Amino acid sequence: MFAFTYHRPSSVRRAAALVASAEDGKLLAGGQTLLPTLKLRLAAPGDLVDLGAVPDLSGISLAGRTLTIGAMTRHAEVAASPVVRAALPALADLAAVIGDPQVRNRGTLGGSVANNDPSADYPAACLGLGATIITNQRRIEADDFFLGLFETALEPGEIITRIAFPAVKKAAYVKFRHPASRFAMVGVFAAKRTSDIRVAVTGASQNGVFRWQEAEQALRRRFAGKTLDGMSPPADDMVSDIHGSGEYRAHLVGVIARRAVEAAADA
Amino acid sequence: MPIVTMTVNGRTASADIDPRTLLVQFLRENLMLTGTHVGCDTSQCGACTVHLDGDAVKSCTVLALQAEGCAVTTIEGLGAPGLLHPMQEAFREHHGLQCGFCTPGMIMAAVDIVHRHGNELSETLIRHELDGNICRCTGYHNIVKAVAEGARAMAPAMGAGGTGSTGLRTAAE
Repeated sequence: MFAFTYHRPSSVRRAAALVASAEDGKLLAGGQTLLPTLKLRLAAPGDLVDLGAVPDLSGISLAGRTLTIGAMTRHAEVAASPVVRAALPALADLAAVIGDPQVRNRGTLGGSVANNDPSADYPAACLGLGATIITNQRRIEADDFFLGLFETALEPGEIITRIAFPAVKKAAYVKFRHPASRFAMVGVFAAKRTSDIRVAVTGASQNGVFRWQEAEQALRRRFAGKTLDGMSPPADDMVSDIHGSGEYRAHLVGVIARRAVEAAADA
Repeated sequence: MPIVTMTVNGRTASADIDPRTLLVQFLRENLMLTGTHVGCDTSQCGACTVHLDGDAVKSCTVLALQAEGCAVTTIEGLGAPGLLHPMQEAFREHHGLQCGFCTPGMIMAAVDIVHRHGNELSETLIRHELDGNICRCTGYHNIVKAVAEGARAMAPAMGAGGTGSTGLRTAAE
């Protein structure tokens, strides 16, 4: 790691001021991505602003049909929450397959979403459910939030405080994970809420998480796995690396999407 | 340099450290608690697993400063020579190791599994839950047997009397 100055503020306001005034400041949530990145010297922030001592950033609450989860809520808490399990089981399922148990005990919802790793799981849930990302400054719809690889609509000094998810019953997340990294080779979050059908794909695209609109349109006729038979997104848009070619990933998106839609339709 | 204070195995530990100090470095190099191992140093292998406020975490991926005010339990805090924790005793009994490098992390992860899933663990659940711990000797078979047995031995009814029928004794975590 390169040297940095460590800060441990006790309010969101103070954290925002610290990160905004730092020349190259970085927020630290669970640290399960940021710390490995720092250790590899792939990032060299001058100031690290730890959100660990800020109160009221974690917790899970259900009001009507809206499930609100604090940004510092650990994946393990979401996976084990009876409230999430009852209101939005697909989200509990998703949290339960992030990383491994130790990573889930540290990693946070807000950290995952703010980082927007192209293979992370939570961005697929946000986009697949049409969640609202709430910051210390405003509310951002998921459709406007994820802008590309590791890029989001967050401005400097803007901090995610919580995320509001519609509690959709007909929803499912299916992940084909890389066995070593535990990241998604392909992960698909499929959801049907009245006429709103969403299919969000992570892990596959060169531009990060995306809605597979061709599939969504087809599913409006009939929300069933079979509807997607033979369909896959353009291979040219997919990641091609030592783990799999673009053609492989495109095929995998089709297969995993069918499974996700089947699971969502049965939910 | 900033000062960090935490409770490690029931004792207060405080030191003036470089902010870059990882929790595992703090444990091993400041406190000389070398039972917690560094295997991959990339949060894959789990050899560095300790409990942070009761939850299993990879101490190579936590800054010591993030543990400010927290309670940390390492393998040294689980049992003692001659007074092994039931999970340690089960690993010994079932020979849940070959070279032993991954063992401290396996045991800390195993105790965390029991905390979350109770004392009756299926083989499938154990294998699934040991996802974050790697044994390079491929000794999983005996590890899985040890975790199942250790979990049963941790049941309150057996531990309360000091020695159960299997001769296992409890040690305060």
